[in-house]
Amino acid sequence: MLQADGVWFRHGRDRPWVLAGVDLAVGAGEVIGLCGPSGGGKSTLGRVLAGHLRPDRGRVTVDDAAPRPRRAAHPVQLVLQQPERAMDPRWTVRQVLAATGADDAAIAALDQRLVVPSRLDRFPHEISGGELQRVNLARALLARPRYLVADEISASLDAVTQARIWTLLLEHCREAAIGVLAISHDRPLLETVAGSVVDWTPSPVGETPA
Amino acid sequence: MTAVREVVAPTWFGDRRRRTLAWVGLSALVVLGVVVAGGPAADAAQTTSLTDRNLGPSAAHWFGTDRLGRDMLARTLAGLRLSLVVGVAAAVVSAGIALTLACLAAVFGGVVDRAVGWLVDLFLALPHLVLLILLAFALGGGTGAVVAAVALTHWPTLTRVLRGRAREVMSSDYVAISRQLGHGRGWIARRHLAGHLAGHFVVGTVLLFPHAILHEAALSFLGLGVDPGEPSIGILLAESMRYLTAGAWWLAVLPGLCLLVVVKLVDTIGSNARALLDPRSHHL
Repeated sequence: MLQADGVWFRHGRDRPWVLAGVDLAVGAGEVIGLCGPSGGGKSTLGRVLAGHLRPDRGRVTVDDAAPRPRRAAHPVQLVLQQPERAMDPRWTVRQVLAATGADDAAIAALDQRLVVPSRLDRFPHEISGGELQRVNLARALLARPRYLVADEISASLDAVTQARIWTLLLEHCREAAIGVLAISHDRPLLETVAGSVVDWTPSPVGETPA
Repeated sequence: MTAVREVVAPTWFGDRRRRTLAWVGLSALVVLGVVVAGGPAADAAQTTSLTDRNLGPSAAHWFGTDRLGRDMLARTLAGLRLSLVVGVAAAVVSAGIALTLACLAAVFGGVVDRAVGWLVDLFLALPHLVLLILLAFALGGGTGAVVAAVALTHWPTLTRVLRGRAREVMSSDYVAISRQLGHGRGWIARRHLAGHLAGHFVVGTVLLFPHAILHEAALSFLGLGVDPGEPSIGILLAESMRYLTAGAWWLAVLPGLCLLVVVKLVDTIGSNARALLDPRSHHL
């Protein structure tokens, strides 16, 4: 279970609290939707869960243990909304995928609906947004995570491409029993893909920990 | 989108790219030619001939002769060679300092980053030329002192550029994801930072180079640079000053123009190198 226990976070000592005592749990193989307005701190929670940011108070546990981010891939992988920012523009798609530690055989064995083989030696700016987002997803899956945080992964895509990427994500995660936290402001989408949807209320301004 | 991709993809080195490459190659060739030609010219540059004093440009002496009958073309070539050598040495040392400081600041952050920022501000706050003159004077003059003085005064701007770029890379989403994939500082510096800084570093170094040449000339002109016996462009210009009123315009104008052309050529190499080193630039 990916669990956040009373997590507090702010981007600096003199800044307001972005996360004020957040509790959240995602079970193994479960798909949870997190729905809330823009600017409410959903993405920050995603980054805290994936270990990009360290909570100021409270803790994040993965299967009842604090995750060890050093040397091995983090058990919680994050798929971000803008794939072009999540990939080094100087790397080809193959290099991006190889950074997970996957060898050529593993990359060649990838689901062709995720990464089209002819796109492997292209640079990120040379392929379309939908293709790039699927590469982004493929990279997260290659890192063999136990949980996946999908942060607005389809917000900049059209309806057909959205449906394709969510189908692929759900299929692969069900297969590997990966728990998914789907973050979005799009409630109908979340109700379609997620087992249950949690409503996100932004933390009130001026809130301080007890 | 498909149509555009098909036009772009087969000609990765598109026409524009090839043209840029040709310009850079040609400039590099001319600069290299000057360096090579300066070697054999060294002897002729010091040979005096009292029967040929103060001659204007002619078929025998393209750039004329000076007050001791030395061929000015040979002196200009030898001077450019000396200037280029001093310029390369100063620019490389300077860029090396800049790269080291910028990488330390970006990779370690915190106190190291603040210290580097403070050092850059300190050096930028001091007047450039005054610092240069003081350093050259303190180091006792001569070619070595010029190289050291120019190198020690030219790193701050490049450091600032590289540090900014390095910070941008280190705070990017893709570095955060690489960290999440379990990669350490060394891996990130090698795989992400090196590639992103290489272009800026090469361009910065090449663009430092005209600065270095011009400052070498300035120092030599003021009498604090290379040994007055050696024909550097700065010394040629300083010597020519006394004869300008006597009508010997060729002593100053022709070597000065040559310096301008070489500096411009090096500048061309530098500005185009950036476009050539960026994988995205074939979008242009």
